[in-house]
Amino acid sequence: MGIRFLSLLLGLIVSVSIQANPEIEHWQTEKGARVYFVPAPELAMIDITVAFDAGAARDGKQSGLALLTNAMLNEGAGGLNTDQIAIAFEDVGAQFGNSSQRDMAILSLRTLTDKAAFEPALTMFSKVLTQPDFPLDSYQRIQKQVLIGLQAEKQSPAAISSRAFYGNLYGNHAYASMPSGNEQSVSELTLESLKAFYQQYYVAKNAVIVLVGAVDTVEAKRIAEQLSSGLSVGTAVKPLDQVTPLLHQKIIKIDHPSSQTHIVMGQTGMSRGDADYFALYVGNHILGGSGLVSQLSNEVREKRGLSYSVYSYFRPMRELGPYQFGLQTRNDQAEEALNVMKETLNLFSEKGPTGAELLAAKQNITGGFALRVDSNSKIAAYLAMIGFYGLPLDYLETFKSKVNAVTVEQIKDVYSRRVQADKMITVMVGGKAE
Amino acid sequence: MLTKFKTIIGLLLVIPAIATANVSEYQLDNGLKLIVKEDHRAPVVVSQVWYKVGSSYEHNGITGISHVLEHMMFKGTENLGPNEFSQIIAANGGRENAFTGRDYTAYFQTLEKDRLEVSFRLEAERMRKLVINEAELLKEREVVAEERRMRTEDNPHALVREAFNATAFVNSPYHHPVIGWMSDINNYEATDLRQWYQKWYAPNNATVVIVGDVEPEAVYSLAKQYFGPLKPETTARVKPQIEVEQRGKRTVEVKAPAELPYMMMGWKVPVVKTAEKEQDWEPYALEMLAGILDGGSSARFSRDLVRGEEIAASVGAGYSLFSRLADMFLVVGTPAKGKSIADLQQAVMAQINQLQTELVSDQELKRIKAQVVANAVYERDSVFYQAMQIGMLETIGLEWQLTDQYVENVQAVTAEQVQAVANKYFKDKGLTVAELTPMPLDGKRPASAAGGRHGH
Repeated sequence: MGIRFLSLLLGLIVSVSIQANPEIEHWQTEKGARVYFVPAPELAMIDITVAFDAGAARDGKQSGLALLTNAMLNEGAGGLNTDQIAIAFEDVGAQFGNSSQRDMAILSLRTLTDKAAFEPALTMFSKVLTQPDFPLDSYQRIQKQVLIGLQAEKQSPAAISSRAFYGNLYGNHAYASMPSGNEQSVSELTLESLKAFYQQYYVAKNAVIVLVGAVDTVEAKRIAEQLSSGLSVGTAVKPLDQVTPLLHQKIIKIDHPSSQTHIVMGQTGMSRGDADYFALYVGNHILGGSGLVSQLSNEVREKRGLSYSVYSYFRPMRELGPYQFGLQTRNDQAEEALNVMKETLNLFSEKGPTGAELLAAKQNITGGFALRVDSNSKIAAYLAMIGFYGLPLDYLETFKSKVNAVTVEQIKDVYSRRVQADKMITVMVGGKAE
Repeated sequence: MLTKFKTIIGLLLVIPAIATANVSEYQLDNGLKLIVKEDHRAPVVVSQVWYKVGSSYEHNGITGISHVLEHMMFKGTENLGPNEFSQIIAANGGRENAFTGRDYTAYFQTLEKDRLEVSFRLEAERMRKLVINEAELLKEREVVAEERRMRTEDNPHALVREAFNATAFVNSPYHHPVIGWMSDINNYEATDLRQWYQKWYAPNNATVVIVGDVEPEAVYSLAKQYFGPLKPETTARVKPQIEVEQRGKRTVEVKAPAELPYMMMGWKVPVVKTAEKEQDWEPYALEMLAGILDGGSSARFSRDLVRGEEIAASVGAGYSLFSRLADMFLVVGTPAKGKSIADLQQAVMAQINQLQTELVSDQELKRIKAQVVANAVYERDSVFYQAMQIGMLETIGLEWQLTDQYVENVQAVTAEQVQAVANKYFKDKGLTVAELTPMPLDGKRPASAAGGRHGH
């Protein structure tokens, strides 16, 4: 209490804007699930997220396994069918969600905290989480829908380029395949393998429970216990293989009957909790992460009108996530736009940002910090990230000072150590110049 | 100084569940409207400037000009260089952008609460002092052409939507895509932009919406300081452009490189703005009807067409009851593997037919109402969304109070009313159907080719 008050005063001296860092409460349930809770009493609602280390990185050779397992959970549970489950949530205005990426598999619930809505919603959410039935007819339908989704990807140059980028970037690593798998792998999945995947990975020791809403700590503890009590204790998962950085550059060109060429370029980037996180994050903010005022946007869009969207971003993951650059431009100017993007990166790697650019970036990131945590849903997303990747509980509190501590020299150093512009993967999907 | 002032404590007595909304409304002498909604949950503020202009104000030859003007609003004023607007907002920790729709063009910044002045200073500057530089315009035409290629030309569903709107609407300006036809994009001239700006960008054609941790009177003072000195403009009377009566089903086919078939069906329907006084419940009955068909995974489309008969890989119903001009009730979808577009259309028509002949159950009605009530709470988790609702309603000529009345109006809908609108509007006479015929992806791209909203 005393310390928070002091930091508040210091904050007032540096800037007039007041920080509202959410106070995170953290504990473990009896079964061993890690819980992260922020009370938000203003609105009579709650957001609950349960994240498992059960994403596509755990697919093994059965690409698509994690995604289909996740998608099957609300298709039948505790003897109830899909219709009955959907009705239970929607009768009380609750929103159920499920999704699965490379690292995380997520179940989420947004509901009113009014008892008449909350209790039925929570009961059904617990059922879906802990007693999925994996009915065969649902499985066959979901499998067909995933296959149709894969077919739809083929008419999207953006989807084609993303698949090719990850495949070539990660080679034999688990991050190489797309969470939705491919036609062959999805066709070959079996219901038995989904059930086994669920048994192994949807366990308390592998779960992070996030609660943000209008409940007190006692109630939050009760909710977390109810959710995790039906899970097996299980064991925490094994670490993933380390990602090997690229040794050679590679250019992949894919013909597509589009008027634009979609370019995706990049290399391995950083992990969550990476020692170089802040220097890389702030550096990239200047280069291509700050929208209309980034160097890339200035060179490609503002000065030359070559693309509507141009960006670069790190996607930090459990292991090294991608560092990705991209733009889309008329087929006949694809080479020109690619060259401008590369030159901008090269110049930045070589010279780093100016002091003025670094100052502007810091002002942008820290001056808008409150915007990152101005809603329950944003806070819940941060808690899931902090919990899942084991980041320190004061991650949000120390964020601004860590950004402010970054120097031009540090950015130059990390770009020379971590970014190899001459060893990147470049994927170009598009048609011929007309 | 004659300024209008009224504070409305959002329906405190009527529905206590959503009564904390505290909204203040002001009008400056020059006609600028200011609406402030207090939300003290976080020390942030969203500032939006809404202009009553969009693609539905445009005519042939200059389609998309509202959208390209929105881009040019970042390209310099009498006192700001190109892109300087964005640089100043960035240096103040802000997030900003803009979007153009059929009925509005809006600019926004989200900032920590003590930076609102920056937003007002810059927005007041570009409300009347924009400079259209020829060289900047030529570059920006290219950027917008790239945006159109990305959103429309290379996107088979967007191509279908464009053909669909151009077929369904004959003389209504909803005929045109928001982003404009490519030929128009390639031929805007600086004088076109200057005239368009002069005509629509003025305090008396703008609504400023502020939502966040602010004190309304202080915002009002700030608004007077920055927007107060701006001169109003004589804006042209907007022609009604009422869509001619449709006298039979229309169909249009789009061939494009694609893997999967896709279809859109749309029936001409009224919206809140165009509904007749005695039938002002109809848009809400249509909204309910959309919910019965597609309000969640338990709704009829998911239950019967995606699951059940497994006719659709995906199918959705869409109706937006808030627009300036009469609009359509849409059903869009992709057939399941082994099913055809004809199968899907037949199944959709069977669903419509059921709504026409049988009353929807009490349980279904209650479920949709429960979702509407809950959503009204969930929406308040976002200051941005709250500002969007207010700005959009005001800009299409309705009142922001409708955001609260909406819940009551949907709750009042009966099963008989749902059946009545199903019978009145879902007739072949007002139906338009568009179908995508997939062409091989290794074939030659067809030469030509937008709807929705377009950000800067």
